[in-house]
Amino acid sequence: MPEGAREAIGDRIGARLAEIRRRHREATTPEAVADIVVEVLATMHGDLSGPQATLLAEVEQIGRTIAAAKREIAALRVEDIKIAFIPSATDELDAIVEATAKATHEILDSCETLEAVHAGLNGPDAEAAQAAVTRIYEACSFQDITGQRITKVVRTLKSIEERIERIVSTFSDGVPLRDAAPTAVEPEPPTSPASLLNGPQLPGHGVDQAEIDRLLASFD
Amino acid sequence: MDKNINVLIVDDYKTMLRIIRNLLRQLDFHNVDEATDGAQALSMLRAGNYGLVISDWNMQPMTGLQLLQEIRADSKLKNLPFIMVTAESKTENVIAAKQAGVSNYIVKPFNAETLKEKIEKVLVHA
Repeated sequence: MPEGAREAIGDRIGARLAEIRRRHREATTPEAVADIVVEVLATMHGDLSGPQATLLAEVEQIGRTIAAAKREIAALRVEDIKIAFIPSATDELDAIVEATAKATHEILDSCETLEAVHAGLNGPDAEAAQAAVTRIYEACSFQDITGQRITKVVRTLKSIEERIERIVSTFSDGVPLRDAAPTAVEPEPPTSPASLLNGPQLPGHGVDQAEIDRLLASFD
Repeated sequence: MDKNINVLIVDDYKTMLRIIRNLLRQLDFHNVDEATDGAQALSMLRAGNYGLVISDWNMQPMTGLQLLQEIRADSKLKNLPFIMVTAESKTENVIAAKQAGVSNYIVKPFNAETLKEKIEKVLVHA
């Protein structure tokens, strides 16, 4: 095949792929890839030259790779992920929240008992005991932060479950394509109510109390 | 500063309600009620006589921000001091809360001194 013809085929394949990516974003269906292969093959007439044979071999390899990917995805046993793994993981995480809440309430029970005991005391020892109890109260707020972080993890797991389901649905033979063109997730406007519910930030990502105080003061 | 006012604390985590209640008791605020979401808080505020709200942000079905907006839109409650105590620590959250009329903003985890300082500041200006 002359060099110019090879470039023309390459350009056509590139244009088709670009068009498909534009329409389907990153999720190109196996059927769409098959269409491209058919189109490439249709450009070949008569006896195959050396470069054409090479191109054909490469196209066949693409077909084998797609078939292998389909087999591997079918073997994923998405039902296991959906029915067992993710619910099990979320149950474990819920149990962590429950256990930390129980432990925190027990710590708070003990602190309240201590406060009642040293309420009748005076002097430096009473002040030291009061300060220690206050520090425990402050530290116990970890349970709230932990719970919110775990809620974020559970939401992420649910999202992974949905994406796996979509991939399997797209690549499974005989299964109707469900939502082949994935719904584009439109980013929330930065001040919409949903975008303002992010929970605890990782260290260095949010603003600290001093920065919040400065920000509030700037409105005065 | 009047410490006999009724304080309403709003949080969907019972441990946090208990921690804030205990810290308030240490600060000599003894008239403290609790709500676990914005909607419950709003009906308690409309039925009662409160002098301060200390609220979380991230709650369902009504968030702390929505509660704040409802309070500021209510002719009877609009001047009620409102402190947001939340893990939401993005700049846009602080700005949104301020624009909605928050009296002060505390990021979790916080310490007793910060709570005391913000309450004093808010009640002095009330």
